[in-house]
This record gives sequence, structure tokens and C-alpha cells, in this order.
Amino acid sequence: MTTTKHLELTGVDIDFPTPNGPFKALSNVNLKIDRGEFVSLIGHSGCGKSTVLNIVAGLYQATKGGVLLDGKEVNEPGPERAVVFQNHSLLPWLTAYENVELAVKQVFKKTKTKAEMKEWIEYNLQLVHMDHAMHKRPDEISGGMKQRVGIARALAMEPTVMLMDEPFGALDALTRAHLQDSLMEIQADLNNTVIMITHDVDEAVLLSDRIVMMTNGPAATVGEILEVKLPRPRHRLELADDPQYNHYRAAVLSFLYEKQRTPGEAPTKPTKQHTSTDSTTTDSPEATTPTTKTSSTDEQAA
Amino acid sequence: MSSIALKLLKPLGLPEKLSLAQLVKALVVPLSGILIFLFIWNIAARNIHTSLGEFPGPTQVYEQSLNLLSEHNRERQKEVAFHQRQEVRNAAKLEKNPDAVVKTRPYTGKPTFIDQIGTSLITVLAGFFAASLIAIPAGIVIGLNKTLYSAFNPVIQLFKPVSPLAWLPLVTMVVSAVYVSDDPMFAKSFITSLITVSLCCLWPTLLNTAVGVSTISADLNNVSKVLRLSWLTHVIKIVIPSAIPMIFTGLRLSLGIAWMVLIAAEMLAQNPGLGKFVWDEFQNGSSNSLGRIMVAVLVIGLIGFMLDRIMLMLQKKVSWDKSVELR
Repeated sequence: MTTTKHLELTGVDIDFPTPNGPFKALSNVNLKIDRGEFVSLIGHSGCGKSTVLNIVAGLYQATKGGVLLDGKEVNEPGPERAVVFQNHSLLPWLTAYENVELAVKQVFKKTKTKAEMKEWIEYNLQLVHMDHAMHKRPDEISGGMKQRVGIARALAMEPTVMLMDEPFGALDALTRAHLQDSLMEIQADLNNTVIMITHDVDEAVLLSDRIVMMTNGPAATVGEILEVKLPRPRHRLELADDPQYNHYRAAVLSFLYEKQRTPGEAPTKPTKQHTSTDSTTTDSPEATTPTTKTSSTDEQAA
Repeated sequence: MSSIALKLLKPLGLPEKLSLAQLVKALVVPLSGILIFLFIWNIAARNIHTSLGEFPGPTQVYEQSLNLLSEHNRERQKEVAFHQRQEVRNAAKLEKNPDAVVKTRPYTGKPTFIDQIGTSLITVLAGFFAASLIAIPAGIVIGLNKTLYSAFNPVIQLFKPVSPLAWLPLVTMVVSAVYVSDDPMFAKSFITSLITVSLCCLWPTLLNTAVGVSTISADLNNVSKVLRLSWLTHVIKIVIPSAIPMIFTGLRLSLGIAWMVLIAAEMLAQNPGLGKFVWDEFQNGSSNSLGRIMVAVLVIGLIGFMLDRIMLMLQKKVSWDKSVELR
């Protein structure tokens, strides 16, 4: 390993203590992420996606192995690894502006003047199209708007890596699509490194440069990594009929529903969704095969 | 007429604009409840004979409340007259000799019922504030630390149900021993009542604060960690605001207990408030005594109710969670 990557997870294990002895949630997770890369973590519920994210965030400590960010070990949370939480986690007694302000004041208290901070807060709220409702409190705005403010708060910390824990999971499909588009715009502008957890295959393919698929727990690890080589900017409508897009989709679905069936689901019965995407991909002969790597050890060797 | 009714209803937490049907519901129903109560009270009172005569019914209580008011007014007039006499005398003295030393003496008449209400309110609020000053910070510290919480929880549970009457002798002795001064700023009876009230009303605020603090959502804690907030900023910006609803629930319970405890404490400590009034009337044993005590009972109830409403108003003002209906 000659060049150190931007963000590196090496041999990460984590055990959680339980009354019946330690529970191994993650085992030997290896992952390398480049600067400006958008990586999705996908897998069934309980496979430890959030645990991986929390380890990168510094909220959990790996039992074995560790995380390097630009060559420095990560062992506590910090604003350079801002987190967008699933249920927005805004302070309900503060307005949207004040929520972002809390973060900005904490991160830039030494480097920015009051006026600069104000400008920066407003700029970030503009970025997520929330400038019209800056002075509303979370209970006065919709779920999608709250999540926008949550993203603005994370962006305002000028993070090296932005960690998103199922950011759109609790939203309805239309709002989710809007926010995904916003996120792609922002990502094109700022070129942040993003790690996003998702349950949504379409979301993963649409947004990501790479999709990291995790095996089922316990002792979950990275199963396959799919590189999504769709040109940017991506448009959901055009992609809906794009054979390459559907191919990626099928690859993720096949990983989730064939290779990593959730326990209890009949093994021979692929989901309806899956069969339909299969047929579309076979209809289009020019589809390129997605580059699928089979295991995390391969990735490390590459 | 209806606008007056509305103004009266506002503190009861009712909406400002009422339709006729709502007005009937909001005004007529509670009023009929009160009327039924008065009727039953009247009948019952006539059938209870004590050594001090018939148990006071609504009429006697009404008469006695007027009596108490006029006694208060007479006492006030006496006081004004006293001060006037004093001023005239002093002015005359100064006229004779401009260098004369004039003394202004305070009026030392006996406290009236209204004065006693004032004393009770001051005592209860002082005791309540003292308790809150201890209970809120202590609750925050205990709530933030699981070990501390498990360490102190048994102690709290042990003292929570203790009656003020059990504390009072101890407090009295301690105050007599410790609070020694030639020119005391406060009367011993006041200090004793205050401490007894504090000791009894400390616990709900302490417990509710601790629970409120310990049940902060994990997500908000994570936000705080990601932002690397210092301990103090964390407490001020995250912990306290998020526990405010629970803290106020505790404060409301505490104030209710404080007011209840106060009457008992004043009776025994002889603090010149409502408790002492009730006790003195009982010892006095005139034919009016029971009526006057009954006035005190109603006033105590009314003030307790008003204190609770004030706390509710404050609670509504500071509560950020508008989805919870406070009542």
C-alpha cells in the first residue's frame, strides 16, 4: 500500500457487550474512499451499515482495526465528519437558522466574524433551498424541509466527509426525489466526500460513485462493491429507461435478494421487482456489465 | 357582559373566541357544578352541630369573608391614622427645634387576614425558589450521570414521602441553634416554615429534572458529540432546553406540594400566615371561628389553584413542544 487514501477503514471489527457475552456486529470491514467520492452503503436491516457509519463518525470505537482520515486516526466524533441523521435531529426549540448557527458558532468561532458567520449560515440554508423558512422552528416545517436543514447544518461545518444515515428514509417518495436532486446539485458544486446509508436501491444507483453492499449480520462485512459509471449530471427520468442504470440496479437487487436473502424469505422466489428489471436488461444488448468485485479482500488487493 | 366573561375565562386556559354553544359549555356547566356543591354544602352544614354551633354554611362564610375584609380596612385606616399622627407630631417637634432628632416608628398592629395571605405567599414562594435552586441543578447532575442517579435514587425515594410535620421539630431546633443574630433579618418562624416547605417540595422537581435530563434523545446527544460541544455548552444548549418540559412538570408539582405543606408548617411554626390564622381561630373558639376558618379554606384552595395556573402559563410559554397539550 503505497498511497494512503483519503478515508480508509482497515480490518474493522466491533463487538457489542451483551449479557450473553460479546456480540460481533462487524468483522474485518475494509474500505477505501477517495476524496470527493460518493459512496453508498446498502444492505438488509441489522447488517451493521449504521455501525460502520458511526465508527467513521467516531461515535463508536472499533474493537479491532481502525479508521484513517487523511492519514490521521479517527477515535472521537468531530465536525470534520459531519453527520446527517435519519430523523433530522434538529433541536426542536431552535429555528432552522439557529440550528445551523449552533454548528457554525462551534466550528468557526475563532476564524469567522459575526457578520461572516451570518452570511455563511444563510448561504448554507440557501444551498438547500431553505432560505425562505430560516426563522421557522422544526415543528413548523415539513419532514423534507427538516431534513434539508439537517443537511445545511452538516454542510455548514465544512466537513471533510459528510456521513448520511438514511437521510431520506423517513420521507415520502416525491419529497425524497426532490432532496436527492438537491443533494446531487450540491455534491456537484462542493465535491464533498459522502458516505450514505440507504435501503433504497434506486437511490443508491442514482447518487453513488460506488455502492458498497454489506452481508447480513452478525459479523457482517463488505460483500461486494459496485462501481457506478454513469455520467454526471444524472437525471432520474432519462435513467429510468437507461439499460446501464437498470443493469446496476439489477446487480444490487441480485446481491440483496439472492446472495443475501433475509432469513425467513423463501430462497427460490426472487422478488417481483427483480424479475422485471432482469427482463429489461436482457432486452438491451448494448448494456455493459457492471464492474462487480466479489469481496472486500479483492478490493484491498486492487 | 360576554367580554367580561371571556376575560375571566382566559386564565382558565380557554380559547379567546367562543361561540354560544362553547360559552354554555365553558360557563354554564362549571357554574351548575358549583351551585350543586353550594346546595349540598348548605344542607349538610345545617345538620352538623359542633360545640361552636352549627357548621358554617355558604351564607355564614360569605358574611365572615366580608367581616374579614372590613377588619382589614379598619386596621389599614388605623395605620394611616397612626402615621399621620406621627408626622404631625414630628413636624411640630421640628418647628420648635430644627435640630431635633425625630423618630419614625413602624406601625405594630396585628396582621389582618389579607396581611396573612401576603405572608403565606411570600413564605411559600421563598421556600419554593430555595427548593428549585437546589433541585434543578442537582437534578441535572444526577440525570446526566447514571451512577449518581442510582446512588441517590434510594435517598430521594426515602425522603419524598416524609410529611412536613415530621420535619418541623427538627427544623425548628436546628434553626434555633444555627440562626442566631441580635438583629435578625427574618423571623425564625419564617425561616423554619421556609425550610420545611423546601424540604418537602424539593423532590418532584429533583426527580422530574433528573428523568427529563436522562431521557434526552440519543440523536441530540450525538449532535452534541459531533459538534464537540463543551460540557457547559452541552448542558445549556441541549440538556436544559430539552428537559424544560419535564422540569416544569416537576416545578408545578412542587409548588402544589409547597402550598399544601405551608399551611401545616405555619400552624406549628407560628409564622403569621394563613396556617397561623386557622390555628388562632381554632384556639379562639368563638361562634364565628368555624366560618372564618372556612373562609381560609376557600382562600387556600383558590390561591393554590391560581398558583397552578400561573405555573401552567409559564410552562406553556417555555415549552417548545407545541404538540403536547398542557393542562
